[in-house]
Amino acid sequence: MAKTPAPSATNLAHGGETRRDFLYLATGVVGAVGVAASVWPFIHQMNPSASVLALASTDVDLSRIEEGQSITVLWRGKPVFVRHRTPSEITEAEDADFNSLPDPQSDMERVKRREWLILVGVCTHLGCVPLSHRGDYQGWFCPCHGSHYDTSGRIRKGPAPANLAVPEYVFLDETTVRIG
Amino acid sequence: MSNSSMGKKVVQWFDYRLPIFTFMHHSLVDYQTPKNLNYWWNFGSLAGIVLVIQIITGIVLAMHYTPHVDHAFDSVESIMRDVNYGWLIRYLHANGGSAFFVVVYIHIFRGLYFGSYKSPREVVWWMGLIILLLMMATAFMGYVLPWGQMSFWAATVITNIFSAIPLVGETITTWLWGGFAVGNPTLNRFFSLHYLLPFVVVGVVFLHLWALHRFGSNNPTGIDTKGPKDTVPFHPYYTIKDLFGLSVFLIVLLAFVFYAPNYLGHPDNYVKANPLVTPAHIVPEWYFLPFYAILRAVPDIWFVEAKLAGVIAMFTSILILFVLPWLDSSPIRSARYRPWYKQIFWFLVIDVIVLGISGAKPPEGVWLILGRVATVYYFIHFLILMPLIGRLEPTKPLPGSIDESVRQESGTQTSETTRKHS
Repeated sequence: MAKTPAPSATNLAHGGETRRDFLYLATGVVGAVGVAASVWPFIHQMNPSASVLALASTDVDLSRIEEGQSITVLWRGKPVFVRHRTPSEITEAEDADFNSLPDPQSDMERVKRREWLILVGVCTHLGCVPLSHRGDYQGWFCPCHGSHYDTSGRIRKGPAPANLAVPEYVFLDETTVRIG
Repeated sequence: MSNSSMGKKVVQWFDYRLPIFTFMHHSLVDYQTPKNLNYWWNFGSLAGIVLVIQIITGIVLAMHYTPHVDHAFDSVESIMRDVNYGWLIRYLHANGGSAFFVVVYIHIFRGLYFGSYKSPREVVWWMGLIILLLMMATAFMGYVLPWGQMSFWAATVITNIFSAIPLVGETITTWLWGGFAVGNPTLNRFFSLHYLLPFVVVGVVFLHLWALHRFGSNNPTGIDTKGPKDTVPFHPYYTIKDLFGLSVFLIVLLAFVFYAPNYLGHPDNYVKANPLVTPAHIVPEWYFLPFYAILRAVPDIWFVEAKLAGVIAMFTSILILFVLPWLDSSPIRSARYRPWYKQIFWFLVIDVIVLGISGAKPPEGVWLILGRVATVYYFIHFLILMPLIGRLEPTKPLPGSIDESVRQESGTQTSETTRKHS
């Protein structure tokens, strides 16, 4: 009786300590996961809601856009440029030495049909709407901080780091395009 | 007599259980303050009063404002035209915002000049900088609420700053907007946060004062108070001085409110927000211009593109102030006894003004170059001159005490003549 408690006491002391460490750590981990899980809804609520996501595509009637004209439509709350390019604008866009540009991309990669250029009308610098048929390259010019885009919407000059983005789109028929 | 003693007993009963009266007495009446504080020391309490004005006018405006993209602009117009005294309250709030920054910027430069950020007041300084950052966020979101063209495009440009963050930038901006562009969810959350943050500021102001009262106010000599000869009680000496300063301040604020209420605003903000048309020239409110200039001044640096580099430089320009107590190597606080520092202090003031002007101009030609030079100098001031000058400059002898310096100043001739006679 007197002998047994001694080893079991040391065992207990030793085992109790590691067991306590384990419990302490496990409680901490469970607590942290629990906190993270309960914080997540409060972070995620700020992301686009279902109703915002539902309004994700826009159809555009192309028959009313003259050659040389550029229209702006609203898609997901931001402007999208639909530009009916003239032959000279197309050759200019295709002949440019794109490898030397800040964001090298050929015109081929940026259009599905040569005469239709469809772009997100948001300057890649700080989000202003560039003005069409302006600037040194007659594509777009951003009035906020002076970025010049060419007739393929590629950045040629100024602070913007990237070309105007090309949204997802499909031609539903000859005269209709669905953006998004 | 019996009434007043009765009142006294009630106060004592309450104070015994919650010593709030003792606390107020300690921090306002008994609080021993250096007796040589000049008018530059008015701007701390002034900032506190402006904060209260902003909160009161803001709460009232929120009673008439509708945070929805279809109604926000009209509700602000209705405040201006229909709500009783709405025009007055809104103009007070709008100009009060500008006044808040004037007061706080002067308060900060006073701290820079007299070395108030140095040991043992580093945490006072930090709390102040946190207040500044909160103020900037609050002011920015408040400017978005009227939902005019400048509101919308300022929101667009500023939130796009976060898109410069590599990899997660786009995700963060979408999260901030609650959509794919600045829209109704953005307006709603900005309203919520614009209402919340001023109260957070109030909390940090308490920490600012708590840390301040630990060692007491700095003073124009920068030397520590050494005894009762160096100080006066805060009340009535500084309560009355602060009240005088407040009345001068109110004259200026009300002159703007009544005679030039839109002078600091932008006419484009009286045009309703239109996501399809960017105004020809976007400029932030004047108090952001120096930082805006830094944002635009930075070109591509090695592999970092200009957009990201500009954003980093802009945030660094404020964050660098947090380590200023350690960048400044001089053991002497006040610029009065630091002839070289005094010079570069004024260069810094000029530098920030140049940054402000170039921030207001289109980033082209001479203004872009000036903006770049001023940006570089701003960082040279803190990173090179502050550590260097503290070690090299020949300083002037410090007075033995605040009392001694006051006597020397107030009667240079008499004290000198008395000294000669004796």
